[in-house]
Amino acid sequence: MPNGHSEHFPGPIHQPPLASNVDAIQPGVHAEHAHHPKLQHHFDDMEQQAEASTLGMWVFLVTEVMFFGGLFMAYIVYRSASPEGFQEASHHLNVIWGAVNTVVLIVSSLTMALAVRAAQTGASPKTQVGWLIVTMVLGAAFLGVKAIEYTDKFTHHLVPGPDFEWAGKYPAAAQQFYSLYFCMTGLHALHMVIGLGIMTVIAIMAWKKHFDAEYYTPVEVAGLYWHFVDIVWIFLFPLLYLIGYHLHE
Amino acid sequence: MAQIHVATPHHVAPKGLYYAVFAALIVGTLLTVVAASFDMGAFNNVVMLTIAITKATLVVLYFMHVRWGSRLTWVIVCSSFFWLLIMFTFTMTDYMSRGWLQGTLR
Repeated sequence: MPNGHSEHFPGPIHQPPLASNVDAIQPGVHAEHAHHPKLQHHFDDMEQQAEASTLGMWVFLVTEVMFFGGLFMAYIVYRSASPEGFQEASHHLNVIWGAVNTVVLIVSSLTMALAVRAAQTGASPKTQVGWLIVTMVLGAAFLGVKAIEYTDKFTHHLVPGPDFEWAGKYPAAAQQFYSLYFCMTGLHALHMVIGLGIMTVIAIMAWKKHFDAEYYTPVEVAGLYWHFVDIVWIFLFPLLYLIGYHLHE
Repeated sequence: MAQIHVATPHHVAPKGLYYAVFAALIVGTLLTVVAASFDMGAFNNVVMLTIAITKATLVVLYFMHVRWGSRLTWVIVCSSFFWLLIMFTFTMTDYMSRGWLQGTLR
């Protein structure tokens, strides 16, 4: 007897929370405010739902800041131990490739922002997917340039380990620099690869008309990730490529 | 008539604003390369980090929509830089002060 209690303690509090009862108490509540099909029932409205997702993503990005932060910390410690050695080592990185990749990532951030805007303004799936694909192509171009650079480091014996060769004054610091170079740019490149995977999923969702002006949270959140990866590179470029740029041209 | 509750979760920024931010980021990149070609000693670091932080701030504020975000978003964003600064400051005060007790100031 599930309703046995109600006889002794009558009142609305003791009503079993059945869907039919809710409709009986508040007739027409769903008809008056038809909600968006993408609204989860534990959220009040679309705005609250979007805010919760965005905040969650930002909390994740804080952990990402600390993740990369550990490597930046190592960079500061080792560079302060041998500033001249780091400058000498940095001088052997190709500033042109680094600058090209910086521009490629900045353009990809712009196209990502435009992809989010396309979803926000309820643009056609074609437009949304178009911007996402341009973003992915630029991301792939970045990784292509990175592959060229890595190949160059391998052929010139600049990869830390038994094959490392350094003709300069600071071989030990140079090896520390290149260890950090591969860790930092490697972790960054891994984030780019994951980003390309995320964008593929988002582009498929956009193509299937998942997003509209009221519900575009996945594009927004994927965009936050993409911009974060761009920001990491904004710091990596000068700290790795440019600290020795002023040395003998 | 069924009416969908209309509340745009986020502010839609004009395209022109995105292009302006993009232009500023490209100019910043060029500036940082040009500045790095001059030997300004320790000042090189100040210039490159100032430009990088400015660029990062532009991306966070406009591309990542924090400019129109809630107060709570601001708190979380600022907390990341706060914790990062704690890590950098405390670690470097340790590294830089090692040996002080033995009187071997570098």
